[in-house]
Amino acid sequence: MSSQNTILEMRSITKTFPGVKALQDVTLEVSRGEVHAICGENGAGKSTLMNVLSGVYPHGSYEGDVLFEGEPCEFRNIRDSEHRGIVIIHQELALSPYLSIAENIFLGNEQQTRGVIDWNATNSEAAKLLARVGLDESPDTKIVDIGVGKQQLVEIAKALSKRVKLLILDEPTAALNDEDSAHLLDLIRSLKGHGITSIIISHKLNEIAAIADRTTVIRDGQTIETLDMRGATPVSEEQIIRAMVGRSLDHRFPERTPNIGAEVFRVEDWTVHHPIDTTRVVVDHANLHVRRGEIIGLAGLMGAGRTELAMSIFGRTYGAHISGRLIKDGKEIQTHSVGQAIRHGIAYATEDRKKYGLNLLSDIKRNITASALGKVARWGVMDASGESRIAGKFRTDMNIKAPSVDVITGTLSGGNQQKVVLSKWVFTDPDVLILDEPTRGIDVGAKYEIYTIINALADSGKAVIFISSELPELLGICDRIYALSTGRITGELTRAEANQESLMHLMTMEKEAVR
Amino acid sequence: MSTSGTTTTAPTGSPSGSSTANMLKKSLGGSLRQYGIIGALIVIVLLFQVLTDGKLLLPNNVASLVQQNAYVMILAIGMVIVIVAGHIDLSVGSVVAFIGGVVALLMKDMGLPWFLAVLAGIALGALVGAWQGYWVAYVGIPAFIVTLAGMLIFRGLAVIIVGVTVAGFPEGFVKISNGSLPNALGFVANRDVVTLVLGAVTIAALVLSQIRTRRTLLKHGLRTEPLGAMVAKLVIFSALIGGLTWILSGSRGGSPIVLLIVGALIIAYSFVMGRTVFGRHVYAIGGNLHAAILSGVNTRKVNFMIFVNMGVLAGIAAIVTTSRAGAAVAAAGMNYELDAIAACFIGGTAVTGGIGRISGAIIGALIMGVLNMGLSIMAVDPAWQQAIKGLVLLLAVAFDLVNKRRVGGR
Repeated sequence: MSSQNTILEMRSITKTFPGVKALQDVTLEVSRGEVHAICGENGAGKSTLMNVLSGVYPHGSYEGDVLFEGEPCEFRNIRDSEHRGIVIIHQELALSPYLSIAENIFLGNEQQTRGVIDWNATNSEAAKLLARVGLDESPDTKIVDIGVGKQQLVEIAKALSKRVKLLILDEPTAALNDEDSAHLLDLIRSLKGHGITSIIISHKLNEIAAIADRTTVIRDGQTIETLDMRGATPVSEEQIIRAMVGRSLDHRFPERTPNIGAEVFRVEDWTVHHPIDTTRVVVDHANLHVRRGEIIGLAGLMGAGRTELAMSIFGRTYGAHISGRLIKDGKEIQTHSVGQAIRHGIAYATEDRKKYGLNLLSDIKRNITASALGKVARWGVMDASGESRIAGKFRTDMNIKAPSVDVITGTLSGGNQQKVVLSKWVFTDPDVLILDEPTRGIDVGAKYEIYTIINALADSGKAVIFISSELPELLGICDRIYALSTGRITGELTRAEANQESLMHLMTMEKEAVR
Repeated sequence: MSTSGTTTTAPTGSPSGSSTANMLKKSLGGSLRQYGIIGALIVIVLLFQVLTDGKLLLPNNVASLVQQNAYVMILAIGMVIVIVAGHIDLSVGSVVAFIGGVVALLMKDMGLPWFLAVLAGIALGALVGAWQGYWVAYVGIPAFIVTLAGMLIFRGLAVIIVGVTVAGFPEGFVKISNGSLPNALGFVANRDVVTLVLGAVTIAALVLSQIRTRRTLLKHGLRTEPLGAMVAKLVIFSALIGGLTWILSGSRGGSPIVLLIVGALIIAYSFVMGRTVFGRHVYAIGGNLHAAILSGVNTRKVNFMIFVNMGVLAGIAAIVTTSRAGAAVAAAGMNYELDAIAACFIGGTAVTGGIGRISGAIIGALIMGVLNMGLSIMAVDPAWQQAIKGLVLLLAVAFDLVNKRRVGGR
């Protein structure tokens, strides 16, 4: 390829950490003006590669060459790479919540004269940038007051203010709903029209198919192949997955023959108000039920009230003015505290395992037993060896990849952390297991394992309520799916009836149409 | 006596030394820092031993080192729990003065027997803790503010009730911090047999408990540390306890009573934090509050109990301090909160909570104590002493951070 068309070339990059070869002889070549996707399982080395590119790992700490616009680069830090027009936007956004949009855009790059901020320039320049990214907010709005989707746009505006030539987005849509995701992808396309090259790291294969011109797959620290997404024969998702995992995943979802028993849990007329703005109804007279051995799904767009419904059931950890009835095994139950909910056999694994699910400072065994300490204690005294034994059994059963149960959970990969969370809730011996986005941010191989675990739990007679934003996943796993829209359950479909279109129709149903 | 320090390091230097050390390193992993801080303590002891021409480890000095610093250790035990849960307690110094005053007046003005006054002091500590715990746990005011208020409130109350000084206590009370165990078993070669027996029992208990734990682990097929590492660990700790015992047995009175109190508290609270549901909940709250709530931990109750407990320990510290001084003083306990907090941080407690151990805080307290004692023997100006202690605190935490960065260096 001629160097005129190539904006970035990374040649034979090798990066070693004590004991681990994170990258081995990786080559990446990005053409000017393209959207280039990078795929790979968690831990494959995508982030390490981007950190080499952006100067997080300074020149000299790796082997190989980085050529940007034909010139060799020796970045010592992020400032150096930004100076050249390479900007990386990380998965965890780096915005200061109590500063305004304009202040954030120019953070570290203030519009100033001799140390005094020029507020007129700051706000007017920010407004121009916001118009470019299609964000309709005043520049002096505080970051806390806008959603994640808009925050993502602020990050891009910030990148534009640095005259970005190569924009790197690490899992940009992981925390976004479908609408915001679509908007973001449109924006990336329009930036491409303005000559800005993008590298996008993503797990979402449909997204990659929609936006990428080429895709480079990385596995175990090595470049596997670069696929041309705009070629004569379209690249299938299967093809990418095969390259990512190094084996063919004929079935993305494990087989299961449901063995469904009697009804175990029923929610009647469940209404929840917003905890701060108590006039707002977040869950509106919801009715649902689940039977033993059954997996039901809750489908809904962001803000539909899925998590709110689950958390309000689970010890009223969300919401105010909660009304309605919960019926377990034919009897009405109260779940005013988490402890009460657990005692009634309800478990809830949160969607954000790092923030709400695990004590990342603590080890695997202590996390697994955290919700049911009573089962490994007598008179308030822990049975240390019993605890290790139980945790060891979960490690084997759930295939948690760690040398021992004394490993700190903060060091585990996302998939293994999720297995610890699942172990923790299975250990409480629940009848009803609510799983909120259990496969978010987990690579394809580990997802399959999580599905297998969920199936096994259902087969052992537990009722599973599965919340997910990925429709194929709901369709692949659930026996029955409830669709939610703006706090209401708008429909219920069996596995046979449901498909992406019918679900999406119910999920976007307007309030008026439901009444 | 000055050689006792050097002999303790001998076992690691034995022929298989390097491999044993390696094994130790490997098996200890995360707790390596704990051992680093013990090393620091030993280095500081040896340093002052040299600087004071061998005076630091004279039996009577060691005994008074223990008596002088008992309050830091007692407060540090409570403080490490508070900090692990993500709080802080700035009020303990004032609480010590307040409770000390009340206990003194109960004996002096009300004529209460000293042991009843002691019990009343502990109960009052619990009450003070409940007061602060209520605001922190149930109202939700940050502990920094609640205990800052407490610092002012209880200092004020102490001045009101004590005036300047209340002195003249029953002998039994004064003995708590100044007396020693009666040497009921006589002397052998001028050494107190009771102390020697106590030391031997402690070492035996340590060895037995380690062997028992190991056996249980092996029985269930769980991972154990290599035998060599365990033996090396036991030898080092036994040598340390043995050395201390040997020195103390030659002191004027033998074992200080307050050492027994502190020792009992250390063992009890190590158990509470390491082996009980309550201790586990404290670590869970400090490690990730949201996760703890969603795991069904009654975080309010646990937070409340943490402060009640801190109050109880502040009560005990008040008794020990008042007994040691032989008088209740309105200005007593000044800066005690800072001593206790410093001991925790030197001992590896994480500023953000979730990590910290009783043993670490105790070693931190001992480092501060040895500094106090050594500098005093050398007749260093108190102002300089303070500056030096501040520097040690800073360096200890800096050392910790640098270490972590190197280990986790990704």
